[in-house]
Amino acid sequence: MKTRPFLALFVSPAALAALALVGALAAILQYAFRAFVPGSMEPGGLTLANFEALLRPLYAGVFLQTVWICLITALVTLVVAYPLAYAIVRSRSVTLKSFLLITALTPMFLGEVVRTYSWIIVLGNSGFINSVLRGLGLIERPIQLMFTTTGVVIALVHVTLPIMTIMLAAALSHIDAAYEKAATSLGAGPVRVFLTVTLPLSMPGIVAGVTTAFAWTFSAFATPQMIGGGRVPMVSTLIYQLGFASFNFPFAAALSVTGLALTFAVLALAKAALSPLERMGAH
Amino acid sequence: MRRPLSHRLLGLAGKIAVGLVVAFILLPAVVVTMSAFNDKAIMNFPPTGFSTRWFARAFSYSDFSSGFRNGLIVTAFASTIALVVGTGFAFVLDRYEFRGKKAMEAILTSPLVIPHFTIGLGFLILAAQIHAARGFAVVVVTHVVLVLPFVMRSVYVSLRNLDARLELAAASLGARPGRTLFTITLPLLLPGLVSGWLFAAILSFNEFTASLFVTAQATQTLPVAMYNYVREYADPTLAALSVVYIVVTALLLTIANRFLGLGKVLNVEHGR
Repeated sequence: MKTRPFLALFVSPAALAALALVGALAAILQYAFRAFVPGSMEPGGLTLANFEALLRPLYAGVFLQTVWICLITALVTLVVAYPLAYAIVRSRSVTLKSFLLITALTPMFLGEVVRTYSWIIVLGNSGFINSVLRGLGLIERPIQLMFTTTGVVIALVHVTLPIMTIMLAAALSHIDAAYEKAATSLGAGPVRVFLTVTLPLSMPGIVAGVTTAFAWTFSAFATPQMIGGGRVPMVSTLIYQLGFASFNFPFAAALSVTGLALTFAVLALAKAALSPLERMGAH
Repeated sequence: MRRPLSHRLLGLAGKIAVGLVVAFILLPAVVVTMSAFNDKAIMNFPPTGFSTRWFARAFSYSDFSSGFRNGLIVTAFASTIALVVGTGFAFVLDRYEFRGKKAMEAILTSPLVIPHFTIGLGFLILAAQIHAARGFAVVVVTHVVLVLPFVMRSVYVSLRNLDARLELAAASLGARPGRTLFTITLPLLLPGLVSGWLFAAILSFNEFTASLFVTAQATQTLPVAMYNYVREYADPTLAALSVVYIVVTALLLTIANRFLGLGKVLNVEHGR
């Protein structure tokens, strides 16, 4: 094996890591089909009861609400992130470029707790938004933002903004500016150039950004937990509650398995639905 | 040539849009900073007086200092292990073909889309099943799996940009593969390795959701301690700690950008 030095040496640690992950996922899958024994951490015999319980309106409703929140968040984030990504890629000043890039990235590295806590101070009844609006005499009683879907979505957009910006910026930076110049020299106005050249060519980034934002929103826990305060239930908060308040780990596992299946289904669906567009921007 | 008025208006609208987005991103950081220096225990706006006592409390609160220590332990192990594992695999991804390569790549990058609560729950159950104690080992393994995709990507991008002729030159001059690796390949990869390790370290130190599942009281990391604090107290101590977090993270990213070029690492600008 002279042509492939170090292959085994380099692959084995990664194989161990992959094995650990597969083991963890297999453990969830196995628990999902076991019975819950109240008062005991050990699961009982094999059963399908966990998945039957999922069909009850209460739990099915949480799933629908979660998907809805993920969709709204992904789309709003796309609209908010696009101008920022565009400015990062196209700005001619290096200082401005670095400032925008670091501003866009810092929230991603802060972690969900710090970010969500900050949003509590912004959204609360005596928080920033309500104090400013009241100070200006625009409202008399505070607008309820905490414990509402709107509040959760606002904070979630903030959470998914960095990754969306990175993906859009990556796509935009690979567009050859000559295409836009050509369109302009042929007489197209800036709006037309954007709509017929830039936007279609950035489609791969849009597809990647929206699907990733969807997955990240689905994965978010601290934000719906702290801002929703139990009144905006999502799959993540439900799983935590089942595990650590009722110790019903088999049902929590069944929810996780279903959530995972749903995530992959949505990712596949989005990809299939948008693949004609992606091909359009692929050359 | 002056651009027509409509074009200039459009450019202005674009600048305003970017300004609003930047304001939206920075708003929580600004508000949390104002709150951190407010002397009142309740969160109110505008702040009534200046005080640094919340910083004093944040630094003296024992759960935060033990969380900080635990976090450093987990981060040091997890990011370093992830760097070794990720570099090896990125190397293999770039250079070799073997059976199962695609599957392994799919598994190892899957934590990018698998919810962290699922991974946390999975390792919690796995640890219970193999009767492992809920110590640091479980937390470290969970973090390695979570940050691995970022290390792999960072190193892989550097490998792609590496000029293979330098390695060929070394080999043709008689260097054995091991020598080429250590004297040519790894030094050339250094920026990618450093940025990969830095990303992994920051992400691991700040990871919350999976950590909430796999940590116990004795292994609680800082974000978990912070989450528990918010549930018990409503004073601005956490705001003070958040300010420290924001400043340190922004500084680290600025340094990383200065020396490594975040744009290139993240693929948002073309490397030359």
